[in-house]
Amino acid sequence: MDWQSFLAMGGYAAFVWPSYALVLIVLIANAVIPHRRERALRERIARRATGNRS
Amino acid sequence: MNLVWFHKLGSPKYFHALALRLTPWLGALSFALLATGLYWGLVIAPPDYQQGESYRIIFVHVPSAWMSMFTWMFMAVCGLLVLVWRMKVAASLMRAAAPLGASFTFLALVTGSLWGKPMWGAYWVWDARLTSELILLFLYLGFIALQSAIEQREAAGRAGAVLALVGVINIPIIHYSVEWWNTLHQGATITKFDSPSMPVEMLLPLLVSAAGFMTYFATVVLKRARCDILEAEAASGWVREWATRTATEPRNP
Amino acid sequence: MRLGQAFCAMLGRDIRLAIRQRGELAQPLVFFAAVATLFPLALGPEPALLERIAPGIIWVAALLAALLPMDRMFRPDYEDGTLEQMLLSPHPASVLALAKVVAHWLTTGVPVILLAPLIALFLQLPMEALPVLLATLALGTPLLSLIGAIGVALTVSLRAGGPLLALLLLPLYVPVLIFAAGAVERAAAGFPVAGPIYLLAAMLVLALTLAPMAIAASLRISLS
Repeated sequence: MDWQSFLAMGGYAAFVWPSYALVLIVLIANAVIPHRRERALRERIARRATGNRS
Repeated sequence: MNLVWFHKLGSPKYFHALALRLTPWLGALSFALLATGLYWGLVIAPPDYQQGESYRIIFVHVPSAWMSMFTWMFMAVCGLLVLVWRMKVAASLMRAAAPLGASFTFLALVTGSLWGKPMWGAYWVWDARLTSELILLFLYLGFIALQSAIEQREAAGRAGAVLALVGVINIPIIHYSVEWWNTLHQGATITKFDSPSMPVEMLLPLLVSAAGFMTYFATVVLKRARCDILEAEAASGWVREWATRTATEPRNP
Repeated sequence: MRLGQAFCAMLGRDIRLAIRQRGELAQPLVFFAAVATLFPLALGPEPALLERIAPGIIWVAALLAALLPMDRMFRPDYEDGTLEQMLLSPHPASVLALAKVVAHWLTTGVPVILLAPLIALFLQLPMEALPVLLATLALGTPLLSLIGAIGVALTVSLRAGGPLLALLLLPLYVPVLIFAAGAVERAAAGFPVAGPIYLLAAMLVLALTLAPMAIAASLRISLS
């Protein structure tokens, strides 16, 4: 596969690649944020639960 | 008609467990579909006769636009469940979907604008589709703002449900009015995104990509809804038991 | 008290209260006139230009003038407890809410309609378009009040209601603005306007049917 012409996207590289990059960034962000939030919530609830029991 | 499954789904505990089991599979599926669809569209599909390589943006733009519309309808259905059946799980799903819908709308706008620049020479044109998406973005932002402004969880869910239903009635009206407005002020060029017919080599990767977006939506909505349910039911026994069982931090004895 | 009596009582009360606050009554009118005056000042008095944009300016001004005092529909009553009483009454809240919306329209929409011909004159709107302008205002301002009432009902219990209300209502107002301003523009150019006028009328009927229920539901949620 010709990398040069692939990356150039027929001259439209400035439009195609930022589009795809932005989509990837937003999709990944939307997946990671709840992941982190769930972990933080879980730790907080677990801490409070065991704290109360002791 | 046996509606036991329906009411079971309404139980936060059952739903949480179900969501936990489903999300890894949905996540893997969405990754596979997205990777396949986008690779197919970027590499394998042939260039367009008129637009050259720039048309490849449709493989992310069109699914984003479709999902932006679908998400609001999803929120409206959840809203109905909240208002009629008082389903807390539906409220969690609805709240979870909103930032996703806003993201899709934002992506549709930006990719649409980047697609439009080589086609029409301007980053922004008041094309019917882009204008509708912009108005939809405001609807999403209003919904999210309303949710954060209302402190009581249950009231926030029900207010959001009303807004989601009012919105879903208005969206077709908005679309139609924007189309009418666009033809009223028709410029020299007709700026429609959909070409009359799309060859199969382009349609197939588009559909695969769209399926990837849809499964992605399902994965993330379930994930976000799980968090919402944890917050809502933080005091209840099953949440505390689950959290202590699965927390990874070492706990003080 | 029968339902019809209750409706009229609520309507009368709201109108009387509004008239007592004469300053507040003038607000939308002053705003309407101000916005319409600012445009020629900003863009230049050239008649051809003003004539071209008059339909849009008048309607945007009318829309903003309707949005400004929208909160007044329910907030004062929320704050002194009357709203709660209204929801507790044996009469359906949707009917009583409709009475309040009608009162709001009579005290904010109708004055705008009455002032419109003068504003149209200032903005060089062709006289052939004036009847259509009045028709769109007559159909559109009740729509703005009805749709606006849903937004006010959802936000009446919130502290920072104002900007949030505008954000919520603007997308919902877009079709009204498009069809109304579009109709006036077509009339000014001599084209038939039956299409958008009928659409506005249909939207008004839809709103009259569905909005009162949505308003009542939203009020209950806000007061819960």
